[in-house]
Amino acid sequence: MALQILLNFIIAFVWMFLFEDWSFSRFAVGYLLGIASIGLLSRFWPQGFYLRRLWAALKLLLLFAKELLLSSWAVMVHVMRPRLAVRPGIFALKTELKSDWEITLLSCLICLTPGTLTLDVARDGRILYIHAMDIEDAEELSEQIKGTFERAIMEVTR
Amino acid sequence: MISAAGEIAIGLIVLTGSLIGALSALGLIRLPDVYLRSHAATKSATLGVLLILTGAFLYFAFYLEHVSAKLLLGIAFVFVTSPVAGHLNGRAAYRSGVPLWERSVRDDLSGVYKRGREERDPEQ
Repeated sequence: MALQILLNFIIAFVWMFLFEDWSFSRFAVGYLLGIASIGLLSRFWPQGFYLRRLWAALKLLLLFAKELLLSSWAVMVHVMRPRLAVRPGIFALKTELKSDWEITLLSCLICLTPGTLTLDVARDGRILYIHAMDIEDAEELSEQIKGTFERAIMEVTR
Repeated sequence: MISAAGEIAIGLIVLTGSLIGALSALGLIRLPDVYLRSHAATKSATLGVLLILTGAFLYFAFYLEHVSAKLLLGIAFVFVTSPVAGHLNGRAAYRSGVPLWERSVRDDLSGVYKRGREERDPEQ
């Protein structure tokens, strides 16, 4: 992905050299041409076109903002309730993510959503131990995390 | 007219942020154990700070015509560092044996550390 972006910049600079014009608008036109040519030749790259992954990253950001607002609202309601009705606990979440970078991203996202906190990652990186503020049903909660965050991260990295 | 509406919208953003901060301070008092308090302290407070910084950024950008890159950097840094701080606090508390609240439902992590220590030096 980084290589494709670098190539795109190089194409834009070649375009600027061809016109001997160093303005930003010339750079922008060259960059668009680079996107078009890399997109047309994307079958020669083993990992596919890089704009697709950029789009997936944007979708991950939006999904995260949604989850952040929803779950922080839930935590606020819990705090304001006159009788405390939380049922906290620690549950283990098996993850299918492989690389360190993906697991770090997943645990940071879990940490940032209110109501869940990553306590530890197992030595082999297969299991995340998560402290949840309100475990109605741990299976359901872990299915929910898997369905949203894990799938979105996978779409970005593979 | 439009500028007045924009001022009200930015004011609402900042007000929401400070309300969230106040609620997380209340949670810090009410909640019973370290882990639950860290839920309130690290995350809701982060959201509040982010909203206040966003409101300040919007105000500077639209009314004083000054795009403040430092505020954007501040938002990014708070966003990246606060979950790590929450994770490390909770993990250090668990490893040094701080108990969970007595009404906690389940604990999948109990026994994991002891097993790991026995695997590493079996003589003990």
